[in-house]
Amino acid sequence: MSKTTPTQDLVSGIWKQNPVFVTLLGLCPTLAVTNSVANAIAMSAATFFVLLGSSVLVSTFKKWIPKEVRIASYIMIIATFVTFADLILAAVVPDIHKALGAFIALIVVNCIILGRQEAFAAKNTVGRAALDAIGTGIGFSIAMLMMGSLREVLGNGTFLGLHVFGPGFAPWVIMILPPGGFFTLGVYLLIFAWWKGRKTATVHPRRWLHEVTAEAGD
Amino acid sequence: MGELFWIFISAMLVNNFTLVMFLGLCPFLGVSGKIATALRMGLANIFVLVLTSVAVSFLNAFILPSAPYLGLISFIVVIASLVQIVETVIKKLSPTLFRELGIFLPLITTNCAILGLATFQTNRGYDFVEGLFFAFGAGAGLTLALVLMASIRETVELADVPAMARNMGLVLILAGSLSLAFMGFAGLFSS
Repeated sequence: MSKTTPTQDLVSGIWKQNPVFVTLLGLCPTLAVTNSVANAIAMSAATFFVLLGSSVLVSTFKKWIPKEVRIASYIMIIATFVTFADLILAAVVPDIHKALGAFIALIVVNCIILGRQEAFAAKNTVGRAALDAIGTGIGFSIAMLMMGSLREVLGNGTFLGLHVFGPGFAPWVIMILPPGGFFTLGVYLLIFAWWKGRKTATVHPRRWLHEVTAEAGD
Repeated sequence: MGELFWIFISAMLVNNFTLVMFLGLCPFLGVSGKIATALRMGLANIFVLVLTSVAVSFLNAFILPSAPYLGLISFIVVIASLVQIVETVIKKLSPTLFRELGIFLPLITTNCAILGLATFQTNRGYDFVEGLFFAFGAGAGLTLALVLMASIRETVELADVPAMARNMGLVLILAGSLSLAFMGFAGLFSS
């Protein structure tokens, strides 16, 4: 059993343990399909569905899954839900399904989902596992939206297809191309590291040396 | 023959699995610290990619026509078992190599590049030989990206970067620059 409260289970995945920005898991979809906000939303929804479904199922069956084949069992459960998500998306939003292409199938090997099964769902009750899955799912969606909106606004000048800049805006095409994905995530990580460093300000070795020599000079 | 050559070049450079299609990012960011490890990881990946391609060709030819909805599930089962078999065989034949590969072998199962190869091969309708060239190209591209990244990181390790860049942020920016360089190969096809 976990020693955390249900609220902590829900909240920790959203920001403190954000799957993308903090633990750097599930990067393939984060970089590959965030070239537009619509794709990011569809991908987040599909991942959310798969994560919640498999967490609930895994925590329900945890007593009957033998330890030796647990990873294989988790993967099978996840693959089943991904097949659902794939067929549902194909039926409801065929255009987006086409744009996401093979990346829907790749939700199976998204480390976020397998990681949550192994680290949480396999050891906790169904309710807790569901809360954890919802929290992590929200965290993933937030990250996807942050990536998707920055890339679409700068790279295409639009947000969900609506123009946000005047006609004089020249889109930064690079942002919706593959390098833009790396750059966007890299910049976000740099900003977070800077923010964290500012909060826990430590003396930089070189500045310390500089101050010491300055004092010695006085 | 020309067709096969282009499949190889396309998978290796123009649509490089890691830098252009974002497949296999976990090992790309995780084990690209040292050139030697990166190279070994790349070779292990080529091996599994080629085996997977063969298996997927058989699945596509004999099983999936009668049960198309089983595609994803059968792919992942085949990949997991393949990795398990490869692990057992290597352990038996060459304990030294097994120890060197260590944790990387089982991790290949959850490498999106492998499942990605299976899916793309199916979607594009490659036959057995085309699939083989596709797998070799993809593996070569993956290895190339890993080794390039590892060489850059080995050099950057000694650089005095600002405190905020002493984590993955810098690595991602480097990866972006590499990816930018690989975009240049896109012009290969129009000529």
